[in-house]
Amino acid sequence: MTGQRSSERPPAYRVDPSRTDLALEFKRHPYGQHSDELQRVLNLFRSDPLPGNYCVVCTRPHREWALARFRQTSREPVDLLGPVFGSLAEAEWAVFKLRWRKHTGQALEIE
Amino acid sequence: MIEILGYADRLAVRPGMTIAFKVSCETGAARYRADIVRLRCGDDRPDGPGFREEPVADAAANGDYPGRRQAIDCGSYVRVGPAAAFDAVDSFTLSALIWPTLPGLDEATVMGRWSGPAETGFGYALAIDGASRPCLRLGDGVRVWRLVHPVALAARRWYRLLASFDSATGAASLHCEPVTPQWGDPVFRPTAGRCPLRPLSSGPRIADVPVAVAAHVVEGGQGTWRGAGHFNGKIEAPRLHAQALPAEQIGQILSTPLTGPSAASLVAAWDFSRDIPGTKARDIGPNGLDGDCINLPTRAMTGHAWTAEAMNWTNRPHEYAAIHFHEDDLYDCAWETDFRWTIPPDLKSGIYAARLRCGNQGEDHVPFFVLPPRGHARAPVAFLASTATYLAYANSHDHYEDPVAERCHGLTVLAPADLFLMQRRDLGLSAYDHHRDGSGSCWSSRLRPILNLRPKRALWSLNADLHLTDWLEAIGQEYDVIDDETLHREGVSLLERYACVMTGTHPEYYSTAMLTAMAAYLERGGRLMYLGGNGFYWRVAWHDELPGAMEIRRGEAGTRMWTSEPGETGLATTGEPSGMWRHSGFAPQRLVGVGFISEGFDSGSYYRRLPDSYDPRAGFIFAGVDEEILGDFGVFGGAAALELDIVNPKVGTPPHALLLASSEGHSNVYVIAQAETGANHPGMDGIESPLVRADMVFFETLKGGAVFSTGSIGWAGSLAHDNYRNNISRITENVLRRFISPEPFPSSAGTR
Repeated sequence: MTGQRSSERPPAYRVDPSRTDLALEFKRHPYGQHSDELQRVLNLFRSDPLPGNYCVVCTRPHREWALARFRQTSREPVDLLGPVFGSLAEAEWAVFKLRWRKHTGQALEIE
Repeated sequence: MIEILGYADRLAVRPGMTIAFKVSCETGAARYRADIVRLRCGDDRPDGPGFREEPVADAAANGDYPGRRQAIDCGSYVRVGPAAAFDAVDSFTLSALIWPTLPGLDEATVMGRWSGPAETGFGYALAIDGASRPCLRLGDGVRVWRLVHPVALAARRWYRLLASFDSATGAASLHCEPVTPQWGDPVFRPTAGRCPLRPLSSGPRIADVPVAVAAHVVEGGQGTWRGAGHFNGKIEAPRLHAQALPAEQIGQILSTPLTGPSAASLVAAWDFSRDIPGTKARDIGPNGLDGDCINLPTRAMTGHAWTAEAMNWTNRPHEYAAIHFHEDDLYDCAWETDFRWTIPPDLKSGIYAARLRCGNQGEDHVPFFVLPPRGHARAPVAFLASTATYLAYANSHDHYEDPVAERCHGLTVLAPADLFLMQRRDLGLSAYDHHRDGSGSCWSSRLRPILNLRPKRALWSLNADLHLTDWLEAIGQEYDVIDDETLHREGVSLLERYACVMTGTHPEYYSTAMLTAMAAYLERGGRLMYLGGNGFYWRVAWHDELPGAMEIRRGEAGTRMWTSEPGETGLATTGEPSGMWRHSGFAPQRLVGVGFISEGFDSGSYYRRLPDSYDPRAGFIFAGVDEEILGDFGVFGGAAALELDIVNPKVGTPPHALLLASSEGHSNVYVIAQAETGANHPGMDGIESPLVRADMVFFETLKGGAVFSTGSIGWAGSLAHDNYRNNISRITENVLRRFISPEPFPSSAGTR
């Protein structure tokens, strides 16, 4: 069969790059209840397929997490990308910014 | 990197019994240290109650031991013989029906008598080569000759295969045809050749080599064999004839009953529809050459003749004549024992572990549960360790392989154990995982290192349950520990000596015997504290002949990571339907008043008291608790967290049950479980749906018994807050104290 599989089609929902307010909401409150609009953004960001997807590796229990990326399958070792974080919230924010760039084509100019 | 790991030959022991520990030093440490410890709390996070273990200083097993790396022989197959009838084979025909699931990887052996690597071994084998083509492989120990069929096989279709060899002439033939031809199929014609080798009369001796199905064998040392060249997929009716039969007879050769001219040369015909619950592959041929099913292949699988008129193998076994083999099946690592420990007669019941340490960082805890002596209770309350659930999650990969995992859990966080398991599939799978061929993993076993059945790991399963033992120790309550597998074997006699039984945080998996025992305990006046969520949910079975092996099928509904294939929801071990207990007519609400409704892994919430909590019947529960809001604290952000249960009178919540409190304020990550709604629709999340909540209930049973349920996995994570002085701890202690008192509860049935 030829043609694009449905899972490879771009999602119907697209992130409006001007909505940096949603990014700020996530930065302030990465866990728990989010606004409906932010939840849609997160659902999109968290739907990326495994090959090449971001993850974090806990390098020191409860103290240190390193940014990493899956390879093509979950049977291969992940690649450590370099940045190391002192909290999971910091790691969540770093990945959020990377995905913002990927899905909007624009960098998120918020530290 | 994981430096050291181990497992024990049993999870549950009693005083006087001996437990054997098996250890592997993965990075080559020459020595390691072992100490027996009693586990109190496994939560080592800085903001948690703190990791607590107590060394058993005088344990005879404590000491230094030589290290070694131990190998694992994973992958399922059938092994037969050796046998004189096989030795008489000179010319032969191999035939089988196959349903490959991973054709085109490395060469996979369908069946044969082959020893050694596929490129240098000896013997004969029917195989699928690396280009997905059937082939006959012949080898004399030095050279290998192949006859390859030109047509590549597709995955997940049934094919008839036949390969023959005439030792007098060297003539070989190979035939393949789809059972059900489809439009677009290539033309399948037999192929033939002349082999220059004499695989059975020259080269190394073949007399010791077993016949194997779904793999071939290589020497494992000390006269043992291990599997290699594993086939992924289903195989049905593998047969061996001592004659080169013409390919045109393929239909007759694979027919049952075994008649016609080919029957005279039959050596063995394995019928996988026989003795499905057992461990044997039965031979219906003249020699009775039964085989052994190695490493828990999945039986009771639909065969090529499945009609869909039967949905369970017990109705029409001949339609379930296939076994599904996987390269990553595992029952028993079969490691050598490193040390043993006989449980002292006076050892306190509890959760223990052999703590293994090597090098600077290497550490592992091998947990085990010390029960009181059989027929005795040493405390009024028993903590029932959910070993069935622990096994279901054992070594799971689903928290990064499940496509929806990140949407539910947030960013994927990988611990060293995860990185290790990603590449070490020989440590076996959980009942949440997919095999490499994409099929669901129906089996789990405890005879292997289980890296998430450990303290200091994610707060789930055993490690979350250690919050309960920590709390019991903190309030000074004596308790015994019992476990699911023992409950399955011993029934209600394990429970009946206790005034109160306390579950763990997630008693999700129950066999029929376990559920029957728990119901009987309540019928007899027992008291049950169900301190968890998503309990009593899946129907499983333990293998009768293989201790520690547990089977599950995922039915047409239920929150699940894979779904059984059509017709394959019946358990091979018992013939019972698997899937949700609710669909076997026993919803969790019938037992404990509440059942699964929703899950979310972002943040927990609190309960709000409801009018029933002020009913005099509930007065003892809330003694000293003045707050309306309960559990707005804890390691999960609230006592109502992770997985939630609610009442449902339609499926069994008793009419006199008191709905004491419900949680509220859950996020939009929590959505209604798919089994609880007829159709998906907007507004199913924790913000919009009133169904997304945890219900706290209490009700009395007959003969003075009672049930208290919290409906939340997160409950135990709030017990230690504020040094155990909080309303969740108070409520739990109030219930426990009353439940262990001899005063019977008055029956309140029919009062509402």
